Amino acid sequence: MSDARKKSKVVSYNKWGYIFLAPFFIVWVIFQFIPLATTIYNSFFENYRSGLTQIGPNFVGLKNFVTIVTNGDLINYSKNTLIMWIIGFIPQIFFSLLLAAWFTDPSLRLKAQRFFKTVIYLPNLIMASAFSMLFFTLFSDNGPINSILVNIGLLSQPFKFMSNATAVRCLVGFMNFVMWFGNTTILLMAGMMGIDQSLFEAAEVDGATATEVFWKITLPILRPILVYVLITSLIGGLQMFDVPQILTNGTGDPARSSMTLIMYLNKHLFSKNFGMGGALSVFLFIITGILSLIVFRISYAGEVK
Amino acid sequence: MSESTLKGKGTSKGLNVHVRRTIAYVVLILLSFLCLIWFYILFINSTRSNSGLKSGFTIVPGAYLVQNFTNMLHGTVPVLNGMLNSVIVAGLSAGLCVYFSCMTAYAIHAYNFKGKKAIFTFILMIMMIPTQVTALGFITFMGKLKLMDSFIPLIIPSIAAPVVFFYMKQYMDSNLPLSLLEAARIDGCGEFRTFNSIVLPLMKPAIAVEAIFTFVSSWNNYFTPALILSTDKKKTLPILIAQLRSADWLKFDMGVVYVTIAFSIFPVIVVYLFLSKYIVGGVTAGGVKE
Repeated sequence: MSDARKKSKVVSYNKWGYIFLAPFFIVWVIFQFIPLATTIYNSFFENYRSGLTQIGPNFVGLKNFVTIVTNGDLINYSKNTLIMWIIGFIPQIFFSLLLAAWFTDPSLRLKAQRFFKTVIYLPNLIMASAFSMLFFTLFSDNGPINSILVNIGLLSQPFKFMSNATAVRCLVGFMNFVMWFGNTTILLMAGMMGIDQSLFEAAEVDGATATEVFWKITLPILRPILVYVLITSLIGGLQMFDVPQILTNGTGDPARSSMTLIMYLNKHLFSKNFGMGGALSVFLFIITGILSLIVFRISYAGEVK
Repeated sequence: MSESTLKGKGTSKGLNVHVRRTIAYVVLILLSFLCLIWFYILFINSTRSNSGLKSGFTIVPGAYLVQNFTNMLHGTVPVLNGMLNSVIVAGLSAGLCVYFSCMTAYAIHAYNFKGKKAIFTFILMIMMIPTQVTALGFITFMGKLKLMDSFIPLIIPSIAAPVVFFYMKQYMDSNLPLSLLEAARIDGCGEFRTFNSIVLPLMKPAIAVEAIFTFVSSWNNYFTPALILSTDKKKTLPILIAQLRSADWLKFDMGVVYVTIAFSIFPVIVVYLFLSKYIVGGVTAGGVKE
């Protein structure tokens, strides 16, 4: 009898698991799952405004997907997004690895580490849209940067940063670099501090130089973290929006060379072209889904016990 | 002889460390400069008059900060209102997010129920889905629910935040012994009360860190609020910044433009400087563990 009582007691406790999970799942279904399903549903319909007339919604099957691939938009804007991501990511991973290795190197004994970490992480918390607006004013044709460059004689006349495709892309990449390298440094540091110190001691006894230790011990052990950083950064890169949107006022100019995938999606959302917007969203969902699965496998799969 | 080679090697290695340390400091100082210079220029430019700004850049601050600030308050862009809206949205999001993320993590941590593993895996899998890919359905569905141009779609979704959930779960794994909950049960404490009066106080450090992160990301969010909010009175700061950009900004008083940007950036910087220890420490949470 006592056994039965015990059992019913356990069951009555465990039902609280479901009760405590309920808010999360109710909110998730309403604000994420139904929207996701609606988005996918919309991608199969022709549904847009042409002037004052509303076209559709008519079921068109996969036509939107075909259009978005064949008219070159998807490829073009994917290319822009990737180029700007790479411009930012290369210096980001380079300096992050360097700084993380220095911060964790016991033989260097760097002082003021907390100050440096605080400073390099700061840009990550700044409102991206305000940061981008700031860069726009600073790099505008008669802004302070041009005024400084002309005054010190580096330029004879102001350089039109905003009309040069390479300049705009580099500015976006640079802003992403400044905003994210501190974050990556701290992530990599955590990984490096987890490495068994006896490995370094053994290497030192064997006469390995700091460079050799970095390439032959630190980097191979860090591989899972590096893959994590790379892929989460790529997922973040695919969502690139605030910085180029504000910098170019949503046009992606010059000649749409800095128009990212999400800026393009945003354009469709505002012009209420739900068919094309849906197809683009589904495409992005599939790509990020694949990337997320990789992150899940390397990082979180072991967490579920 | 062997002693002298050893000694020689020792000095060359010592020099090596010295040189490497110098290089490290130079690079660190340059990178710090690269991070801070923008905020310095922003500060200088917010203290100068429109005509002064047009004549070129100076490194010393001007005397127009207060003037620019009053001009901003009386200008066409409702900045003060925007800040109030941002505080409401970000504050409520952060509060709801940490409370309910704790609750979700507690459900997984403290109870054994059918499908627990599957649910945990599921939450981790949806962690990376960006809000942008569901935005289309989000605005059409919010339209159907008559929630467009309201703060609700910007606040309530923060209840389901897989990243914060994961952080809380990890924190519980190392800081919340199940025996404590057993003890509470034996003392006749109800499950809900146990959560509110025993678990939550123990979670304070984790709650503080995640509340700051959620607040900042909501404060900085531009994409979703721009799609949802349309009335000027309801707009949050990032939307107003975007408006500043799309207006014919050459006609604007540039001092006011700079002071508006400063006004939306500096509150976060001030909070950060006070709490940087906890924030920097919280960055690694949710990442991979070796």
